[in-house]
Amino acid sequence: MFVSEKNALSEEIESYVNKYGNDRAALLMILHEIQKNHRHISEFAQQEVARLLNIHPVEVYSVISFFAFLNSNTKGRNLVRICQTISCDLQGKGGLVKAIERELGIKVGETTKDNKFTVEYANCLGLCDLGPAMAINDRVYLNLTPEKAVEHLAKVK
Amino acid sequence: METVKKKRTGPVIFSEYKRGDAIRKAVSMSREDILFELKDSKLKGRGGAGFPTSTKWMLTAAAKSDEKFLVCNADEGEPGTFKDRVLLMEFPELVFDGMVVGGYTIGAQIGIVYLRGEYEYLLKPLEDYLEVMRKDNLLGKNILGKKDFNFDIVIFLGSGAYVCGEETALIESLEGHRGEPRNRPPYPINTGYLGRPTSVNNVETLAAISHIFMRSGSWFAKFGSDKSTGSKLFSVSGDCEKPGVYELPWGIKISELLKIVEAKNTKAVQIGGASGHCVPKSQFNRTLAYEDVPTGGSIMVFNESRDMLHVLKNFMEFFVDESCGQCTPCRIGNVKLLEGVEMIEKGEFTFAHINKLKDLGRTMQLSSKCGLGQSSPNPFISILENFNDEIFNAGNGGRNGK
Repeated sequence: MFVSEKNALSEEIESYVNKYGNDRAALLMILHEIQKNHRHISEFAQQEVARLLNIHPVEVYSVISFFAFLNSNTKGRNLVRICQTISCDLQGKGGLVKAIERELGIKVGETTKDNKFTVEYANCLGLCDLGPAMAINDRVYLNLTPEKAVEHLAKVK
Repeated sequence: METVKKKRTGPVIFSEYKRGDAIRKAVSMSREDILFELKDSKLKGRGGAGFPTSTKWMLTAAAKSDEKFLVCNADEGEPGTFKDRVLLMEFPELVFDGMVVGGYTIGAQIGIVYLRGEYEYLLKPLEDYLEVMRKDNLLGKNILGKKDFNFDIVIFLGSGAYVCGEETALIESLEGHRGEPRNRPPYPINTGYLGRPTSVNNVETLAAISHIFMRSGSWFAKFGSDKSTGSKLFSVSGDCEKPGVYELPWGIKISELLKIVEAKNTKAVQIGGASGHCVPKSQFNRTLAYEDVPTGGSIMVFNESRDMLHVLKNFMEFFVDESCGQCTPCRIGNVKLLEGVEMIEKGEFTFAHINKLKDLGRTMQLSSKCGLGQSSPNPFISILENFNDEIFNAGNGGRNGK
């Protein structure tokens, strides 16, 4: 990481701290913002957050490792989450997964070589009446068929 | 999200309501009268546990502190539940008005909506809506001219942890810690967010409160049964023609509900989500109410073609994933139960071992720290017992869940 990048990241995190406050209760919202912007929370970012909130970096890491939507490792540019819970499962999640795996040439849990997609399972997205469902980044797609799912992926930049 | 807003109708929650009505009524009443009105309604918490809301608010109102909080629990993570999504998307006025009434009653100045990370797409519209409420003085300082009644609502985004639906885990996560449940007591009504008295209420509970104050507690109590007053939003999914959210009075029979949603050849209904109970065909005359089969609203329908062992495996995988790992019975127990299901799947089990696992399940129900581990063995025990012929005897035992 270049110094200029580090400085930019520090500044960014400082702006979040200004927005949400510098006490611990702001931690999750700050991590959200970093996650959203960078798709992961790097070690350096964790240290910066810890410094600004005056807590130990391991406390920041412990929160990141707890939540399914926060991660410290890099992921692809677009995150595909397929709902694996029973209602979507009964409505054909299996076919969806196979089609996506075939199309992208990766298994669930992996990232494509061009770093464009990471595919994951998610637990209940709360769209059980409209399943099978998946989310690409923060947008959700409903009533999918294998064909439609792949079409949606093709539209992503 | 591409959904067309349908006009929903129902006896209570989906009945006519004008924004701000409940707040207008509430600020004209004294706090004691509000609590009495709520007591008359006999409203019980809609998250699933069914704790009387009037008691919760009374205790929070009575707690002495310079600062109190009202939290709206919108961390709807139970598989098969999506009523809160519909309420927040189509009826935010009900939820927020209920929060303002709650803030007035318990003496809180800040309301926090804990929105699950999966519903991030609701964040923007909800924040816009709050801005409109602020403009209309339904939020902010001296609300509707009521002197010294200041209340504002902030939205906090969760991050994909089922256990954070448990109120103390939710509070831990609000405070910036891992979402691990606390020991209770002390309860949040005394020692909640930042150690202050906090009332944590379900989205649907708050929506019901708005209607109670626009009309009256006795009006609300007319619906439903004696111990389960009012109506309930049921999130119906699975093998039926018309999945979706239904508002029905408490006390409805399972068979009646199946008829409404046009389910055919139904073998079993999972009530209360993954942590609930699996009800076989022979018990479809039971009623949905706190007296008989209580539920937070999740109804999953399975037809004759479904493999119940597959359903059970899906549930147990869910719990292994979502257990926070803090207490041993839940962390290890769920893994052992899942292993048991996999043994049955491969046909490499002994009945002695499966019976031991059912014992382990009952131990988990008693010894786990929070509701997750206390209820995660429910599907294991209820599915293996109600469908033992299908699962163990290849359907040759005669009853086959019927």
